[in-house]
Amino acid sequence: MQQFTVALAGNPNVGKTTIFNAVTGSRQHVGNWPGVTVEKKTGRISHRGIEIDVVDLPGTYSLTAYSLDEIVARDFILDEKPDVVIQVVDATNLERNLYLTTQLMEIGAPLVVALNVADLAEARGDAIDAERLQSLLAIPVVRTVGNRGEGIEDMLDAAIREAESPPRHEHTVGYGDDAEAAIARLVTALSADADLAGHYPLRWLAVRLLEGDEHADCRLEGSPAREAALEILAGIDREACEAALADKRYEVIAAILAQVCRLAPEKISASDRIDRVVTNRYLGIPIFLALMWGAFELTFAVGGFFGEAIEAGFGVLGEAAATIEPGWLASLIGDGILGGVGAVLAFVPHIFILFLILSIMEASGYLARAAFIMDRLMYAFGLPGKAFIPMLMGFGCNVPAIMATRTIEDHKERLITIMVNPFISCGARLPIYVLFTGIFFGREAGTVIFALYVLGIAVAIGSAKLFRSTILPGESAAFIMELPPYRLPTLRGSMIQMWDRGSTYLKKAGGIILIGAVIIWALASNPPGVEYGSQESLVGIIGNMLSPAVEPLGLNGKIAVALIFGILAKEIVVSSLGVLYGAGEDAGSLTDALAADPGLGPASALALMVFALLYLPCIATLAVIRAETGSWRWTGFAVGYGVVIAWLLAFFAYQAGRLIWGI
Amino acid sequence: MLPRGGGVTLDRIIPEQACRIVGIRARGRSRRRMFAMGLVPGARVEMLRTAPLGDPVEYRVRGYCLAIRKADAGLIDVMPEEQ
Ligand SMILES: Nc1nc2c(ncn2[C@@H]2O[C@H](COP(=O)(O)OP(=O)(O)O)[C@@H](O)[C@H]2O)c(=O)[nH]1
Repeated sequence: MQQFTVALAGNPNVGKTTIFNAVTGSRQHVGNWPGVTVEKKTGRISHRGIEIDVVDLPGTYSLTAYSLDEIVARDFILDEKPDVVIQVVDATNLERNLYLTTQLMEIGAPLVVALNVADLAEARGDAIDAERLQSLLAIPVVRTVGNRGEGIEDMLDAAIREAESPPRHEHTVGYGDDAEAAIARLVTALSADADLAGHYPLRWLAVRLLEGDEHADCRLEGSPAREAALEILAGIDREACEAALADKRYEVIAAILAQVCRLAPEKISASDRIDRVVTNRYLGIPIFLALMWGAFELTFAVGGFFGEAIEAGFGVLGEAAATIEPGWLASLIGDGILGGVGAVLAFVPHIFILFLILSIMEASGYLARAAFIMDRLMYAFGLPGKAFIPMLMGFGCNVPAIMATRTIEDHKERLITIMVNPFISCGARLPIYVLFTGIFFGREAGTVIFALYVLGIAVAIGSAKLFRSTILPGESAAFIMELPPYRLPTLRGSMIQMWDRGSTYLKKAGGIILIGAVIIWALASNPPGVEYGSQESLVGIIGNMLSPAVEPLGLNGKIAVALIFGILAKEIVVSSLGVLYGAGEDAGSLTDALAADPGLGPASALALMVFALLYLPCIATLAVIRAETGSWRWTGFAVGYGVVIAWLLAFFAYQAGRLIWGI
Repeated sequence: MLPRGGGVTLDRIIPEQACRIVGIRARGRSRRRMFAMGLVPGARVEMLRTAPLGDPVEYRVRGYCLAIRKADAGLIDVMPEEQ
């Protein structure tokens, strides 16, 4: 059977994901591009008896070396040489979309253009002569309407025809006499290297070199043609050249469009009317906050409902597990695996719903507006506007929040946003605050809890600034962001995206969470014969060993043990304290027991809460940090940095508290 | 290099005013990004509105909408169109 690889390319927001879903249905596989954390989607279909591997390239505006996305897309085309590249083009925005087309043509890939969103262009009254466009570009152009599945078959037919036909001549933009002369000289020089000539389209490489593309420079390393090429480039102002070539491309595009399009007279679009309200100087922020609040309510109402059901389910399983023989196995399964994993899984519904909301915001175009509205605030902390939503989501749960950083294009900005997110006080830490403020702060409880949230935000912001100026320095890339027209998202598309991201999380984090749960169980139930999690168990021994470290914070070994259990999920700190203070599950008696402990007072309670807020992220969060950064080093750094900051601030809180309350 | 176009930069353009780009002083990646987004000398840009907190600014260029921070828009020299 014949087999082809088809790559989907295109600008962001043109309906590329919609087309990919329409082509592959549910037969898709989500993973990462090798070595980087850019999402890679592939799917295998069979069309008219031909097997087609469809690869979704990251959405990009060009194929330079601007971002990781662009490099990934470009390297795939250059190195994997797909049989056809289909560029999905937004028909309502041809001028900018065709810029990428000119670059795809130059790179020499067999190309098909899918003229998508044709419905909206037609509804607006634009007349686009697709046949004329096809003959001017000398590449097949197919009309599609992604969200209704129109034109998909034709598009695939065209792709197969293109893959089977002999390669066309490089049909590219002519850059004018001066530039063409330089290109010709470069091509001659480069063709001396047979290796290079066999691997890259030389005209493309010459153009990239003229434009001062560092990644093109790299490809010259070690080539016998390097000297000659550099000599030619030495006499050329590459920056001026880059501007001139970009200008030339737009000139060619304008000339083509003049022949194929009759655009309807520009009216105030529906998008513009919505924006007048949604990004309005006075209404913009209240509307944004109201939407965020609604998203939260929905997540915690619906997520909480399913979460409780899951917890109840694990409870039933736990009871069943208690009857297993031998006893240690019952404990491993009941206390360790079901207890630990269940506590984390109870948050899975929240994660799925947050993803659903996020993908609806993304596909509708609102996400870009949110970034537009919040950019000024985030910029003050060295972060882009898009970092705001992950920060906000962190108040719910850090896990989906960290996954939501995928919308941030710049690698360093994304890394910073990931690293500071655990300091945002998630919902699971609230039970700890409620318990201790209730005992030690009485009527001031609300104020103290509020202050803890503020402290979390302050540490996140301060750390972002610190990372920006030390370990992850760099100019913020220019903030130039498209505000795509508002579109009605399809339920199907949003559900698919929710499922993809949610299940990827479960697959990636599941193993780490399971291992973590088993390790903690092993520590709590060994040496054999001890009571689970008691002072005599390994956890208890470690806790006692740690007590000198937590004494300056006014805390004791039991609390250190509870904090170790908190690594599973922060709210477990409360239930383990219950066990350690011999109070069982009854919250009332735990309150009495803690209040009766002479070693504890407002100052040490405050220190404990500050420590619990800032110390290491829970296992699920660590797993997602590892998955999203692709690095154990960054994961380790999150732990080390968190513990140090937590200890220092808790120490400060304890000492300050002692001055105020005495204990 | 002195700004061309009488010293007017894109961040100075007021709502509903239009202008043409005469020069781009951004460097490196920012510069590349601007080209890819259609901001090249000669392009017509229309200012739409400022974000609620005063920055960034939304413009229309080549038939679509683009948000640019003032600091970055300040690196784009323009010639305002007569109203
Ligand atoms: N009217 C219309 N909407 C479309 C079309 N294709 C996609 N959309 C919508 O455009 C939005 C963005 O699509 P998406 O596939 O997420 O864009 P991507 O960023 O390129 O992957 C979604 O709300 C889609 O439902 C189309 O041909 N016509």
